[in-house]
Amino acid sequence: MTGFLLRRLLGLVLMLVAASVVVFAVMNVLPGDPALLMLGTGATRTTLAALRHQMGLDLPLWQQYLRWAGGLLRGDFGISYTYQTPVAGLILARLGVTLPLAAMSIVLSVGIALPVGVFAATHQGKAADAALMGAAQLGVAVPNFWFGLLLILLFAVHLGWLPATGFPGWSGGLLPGLAALLMPALSLALPQAAILARVTRSAVIEAAGEDYVRTARAKGLTARAAIWGHALPNALIPVVTIMGFQFSYLLAGTVVIENVFTLPGMGRLLFQAIAGRDLITVQDIVVLLTGSVIVVNTLVDLAYAAIDPRLALADMTGRGGEA
Amino acid sequence: MRAIIPALAALAVAAAIVPARAKDSVSLGMTLEPPILDPTAGAAAAIGEVTYQNIFQGLTQIDAAGQVAPSLATSWSLSADGKTYTFHLAHGVVFSDGEKFGCDDVKFSLDRARAKDSVNPQKALFAPIASVACPSAATAVVTLSQPTASFLFGMAMPAAVIVAPGSAATNKTKPVGTGPYMLGSWVKGDHVTLVRNPKYSGKAPAMASATFRFIADPAAATAAMLAGNLDAFTLFPAPEALPQIKADHKLRVEIGSTSGKIIVSLNEAKKPFDNLLVRRAMAYAIDRNAYNQAVLNGYGTPIGSHDVPGDAGYVDLANTYPYNPAKAKQLLAQAGYPNGFAMTMVLPPPAYARRGGEVIAAMLGQVGIKVKLVDMEWAQWLAQVFTHHDYEATIVSHVEPRDLYQYANPHYYWNYHSAAYDALYRKYQAATDPGQQLALWGDLQKQLAQDEPNIFLCAMPKIGVWNAKLRGMWKNALITVDIVSQMSWAK
Repeated sequence: MTGFLLRRLLGLVLMLVAASVVVFAVMNVLPGDPALLMLGTGATRTTLAALRHQMGLDLPLWQQYLRWAGGLLRGDFGISYTYQTPVAGLILARLGVTLPLAAMSIVLSVGIALPVGVFAATHQGKAADAALMGAAQLGVAVPNFWFGLLLILLFAVHLGWLPATGFPGWSGGLLPGLAALLMPALSLALPQAAILARVTRSAVIEAAGEDYVRTARAKGLTARAAIWGHALPNALIPVVTIMGFQFSYLLAGTVVIENVFTLPGMGRLLFQAIAGRDLITVQDIVVLLTGSVIVVNTLVDLAYAAIDPRLALADMTGRGGEA
Repeated sequence: MRAIIPALAALAVAAAIVPARAKDSVSLGMTLEPPILDPTAGAAAAIGEVTYQNIFQGLTQIDAAGQVAPSLATSWSLSADGKTYTFHLAHGVVFSDGEKFGCDDVKFSLDRARAKDSVNPQKALFAPIASVACPSAATAVVTLSQPTASFLFGMAMPAAVIVAPGSAATNKTKPVGTGPYMLGSWVKGDHVTLVRNPKYSGKAPAMASATFRFIADPAAATAAMLAGNLDAFTLFPAPEALPQIKADHKLRVEIGSTSGKIIVSLNEAKKPFDNLLVRRAMAYAIDRNAYNQAVLNGYGTPIGSHDVPGDAGYVDLANTYPYNPAKAKQLLAQAGYPNGFAMTMVLPPPAYARRGGEVIAAMLGQVGIKVKLVDMEWAQWLAQVFTHHDYEATIVSHVEPRDLYQYANPHYYWNYHSAAYDALYRKYQAATDPGQQLALWGDLQKQLAQDEPNIFLCAMPKIGVWNAKLRGMWKNALITVDIVSQMSWAK
């Protein structure tokens, strides 16, 4: 287990260094100059030169990279070109929106997908199964931003139950904050739940045919108890694998959904920072996202071990086992 | 699913018991967030929209009629040679941090803006200044190197507001001004809240606070207005949703004018755009009314020169080159392009350019000019088109008011050079009589219509949407502003 973790840690560091170099290079190859964006169409040669000097953009590229990467090592994320405040503070404030949003949509998506998937599996071939899987097919096909707009039209404009857009901040209390995040979380969760429900259904159907489920039934368990107690736990590996993949889609989804709902989250910060050539902020966020995707993938691998102890054993005895 | 329905119901109840908004605050929508809150350090119009006349004030200001009005300078006089302005400053004014306002601050602000290391987004406004002197704390004497007719107007721009030496460096995030409001809170990416400045020397304004919310998505902006989450949207981004908005009797729609001039900029350093006949042919080939209908839902105003109807001294030249494809073909033939030519047009993100580009390309195609359209985001547009002049044509809205001076700037990105225009511009700047200034301002527009350095399309409409009970919103605006101190709620 320790060897496994150490290898993962080394991989994480190498990936982060690679990500930092790539994103720095890409942002600097992109045409556009943050100083010019600040000055707009009234810019003159002298004001542009003065501002570039002030922002440190007149330094050679390698110095700019070392300045930034060195800062990261010391935990200093640098100063945003656009907002002129520390990036760490910006990101921290945005995480207060994006993390609850992501958590809510994962809970919603699992909360919807598992019951639906198991129900469809136990009613395989019946009308309810066909209807649920048809709905799931639709859920996969509908883009989340469009679904989000439909939710706004229904719950904000038509019914007036929830705020259309924006985020009041957690200082206004837990409920208004959760209310603002509910529709965005649902828009993110539904397409994911649709995929997850289909995977759950096929995994449960497969597991339900296994000997141990038949044995459980023979021992006198009800069909329901046998499915939930024995088939589902064994069906979880493909489900957890898909959830791991979905995490990176979820991050990408927040960029879109936070824009649709005008939420001040990290996705929107990234989107604005790219358009505004806020190079430092983009670089910081990309490195953070890379790190979190790697950490989540590691956690998914660890979850396999928890679900199926044979995998951890295989890893410890050096016979591979990293999925 | 069973778990969600009770949760939804609980949240709906929670939303319903939030107390109704007290009637001394206002929430205003805007599409872009100001990156910083110091208009002397960034060009984004959003900075001015939040801070102008709310947090910061200038020597002069632009009023709702587009005229120069007194602000921190309550009155002024101009010397006979047209070079020396003596400003009489308002008494008893303090900055929101308690610092006293006086001529020192005027001298500091103007000298800072024109200094060698200045990063003022409109440094050109300060170029005419030769010196600033303070004979007393309440009097500022500004001497110009030559008479400059546009000077007082320039001093009313957001980039020319007066800041204090002690707070100038931190104004970007902690703005300190002399206005009726000061920064309350700023949740980046979501909203800025302004609250009354207790140290403000004038009459306390009706609104205790104003919240500016940033909503970029047109559909989201429409939903926020219809749901009552916003009281006003000064530059409403969804003209296609106006029928829906108009149907709601709680909301009011006002179509006014901005100083945005939508033009097809041509690079005269590139062939064949150096040829006057070609430029005129293009002008004849474009149906401005059709553009207005297709792109601005008919709310814009066709223009024939670089000025807008809301500006004093505007001359209507929209019919200089009436839509006439036959005439366009004839001029092209005369210019040596009987079969037209191929060109590339770059389009920045706004709809007036992206959707507009398709319309313009189709019209030019009718007379044999084959247009290749290339989409570009702003950052790249500023670098490639604006700075490096590496383009043939582009569509852009020039939003700076009364910016005819850019046609006398030989380094500007459209590379227009005309000795006749330059002479006329010098004559205008030297004129001291207001009547003569106005006449010359008209002559400048006519000269541009003749030379057609760019193809002038339409004046950008100001589509304002607000709560029918909200008073004090401007119909027209030469600069994008939300003057909160003028707003109030009807009973």
